[in-house]
Amino acid sequence: MSNDDKIKKVSIIVSRGSLEGIYPGLIMANGARMEGIEANLFFTFFGLYGVLRKYMNDLKVATVGNPAMRVPDAKGFPLPTWMGAIPGMSSFATVMMKKEMDKLDIPPVGEFIEMIHDAGGKLYACKATVDMFHLSEDDFCPQMDGVLTVGDFYEISAGAQIIFT
Amino acid sequence: MPQKTINGTTIDVNEEGFMTDHSQWNREVAAGLAAEEGITLAGEHWKVLEFIAADYGEKGVVPGMRRMNKVGGIATKDLYTLFPDGPIKKAAKIAGFPKPASCV
Repeated sequence: MSNDDKIKKVSIIVSRGSLEGIYPGLIMANGARMEGIEANLFFTFFGLYGVLRKYMNDLKVATVGNPAMRVPDAKGFPLPTWMGAIPGMSSFATVMMKKEMDKLDIPPVGEFIEMIHDAGGKLYACKATVDMFHLSEDDFCPQMDGVLTVGDFYEISAGAQIIFT
Repeated sequence: MPQKTINGTTIDVNEEGFMTDHSQWNREVAAGLAAEEGITLAGEHWKVLEFIAADYGEKGVVPGMRRMNKVGGIATKDLYTLFPDGPIKKAAKIAGFPKPASCV
C-alpha cells in the first residue's frame, strides 16, 4: 500500500451510552492512534455518558431489544426481551462482559479514555446534547478537550474519515 | 521469504519487515531496524524492548498497551514519544518479534 492510500485521520462519533455502544468507538480510536492515525472522538446524545466523570465507569450492557444476545455465552440460547428486563439481568451481563474484556486487556471506560488521551487522541462533547442535558464542564472527565458544535466538529474533521458508532 | 542484511547480520523478514527468526536478532540488528524507522535507540527505548522480550518469553505474544502500562511500568505518553506513529508495532519490529495481533 502506498503512503497516499493510507488513512491519516479519523473522526469517530459515539452516539450510544450502553457499554456495547461506547466500546467500539473507543477501541477504534485507540487502534487508530496505535497505527499512527490522528483520532478525534465526538460524544453525542447518550454516548456522552462515556465521558461523564460520575457515570462513565458504571455503564451497562443493554439486555433488552437486542435479538442477537445469547446467554450464558455468545453461543448459548437467545435471550428474549422480556427476560432481559428481569432486574439484575443487565448488571449480570455487564459483569460477564467486563470479565471477558479484562482477559483481553481491554481497560475499563475511564482508564481507556485516559489511554486514548495520553496517546494523543482528542475527546469532544456535542454542544446540542450538553445543552439538552444541562451539563457543565465539571460533569466531564478531565481528559475532555472541549464542547463542539456540529459545525466545529466538521471543521476539525477536515480530511478525516468520519465513522458513526 | 525475503532476507536483508542489517549492520552485518542477515535476517529473515516477512513482507511487512517483521523478523521471522528471533535467533538472528541482536542489539546491532535492533539499532539498524530502529534507524529504518528514524529512531536512534537510547536507554528508554531499551527498557521498552527488554520488557517486550521478557513478556514475549512469558506469554508468547507481544504485550498490548495496557500490559505495557501495568506490568511494564511504561506510560502510554512515553511510548508514543519513544516510538512515534505506531508505538507497539514499531517497538515489536525493532525487538525482533511478530506484528502485534491484539486490537488494544
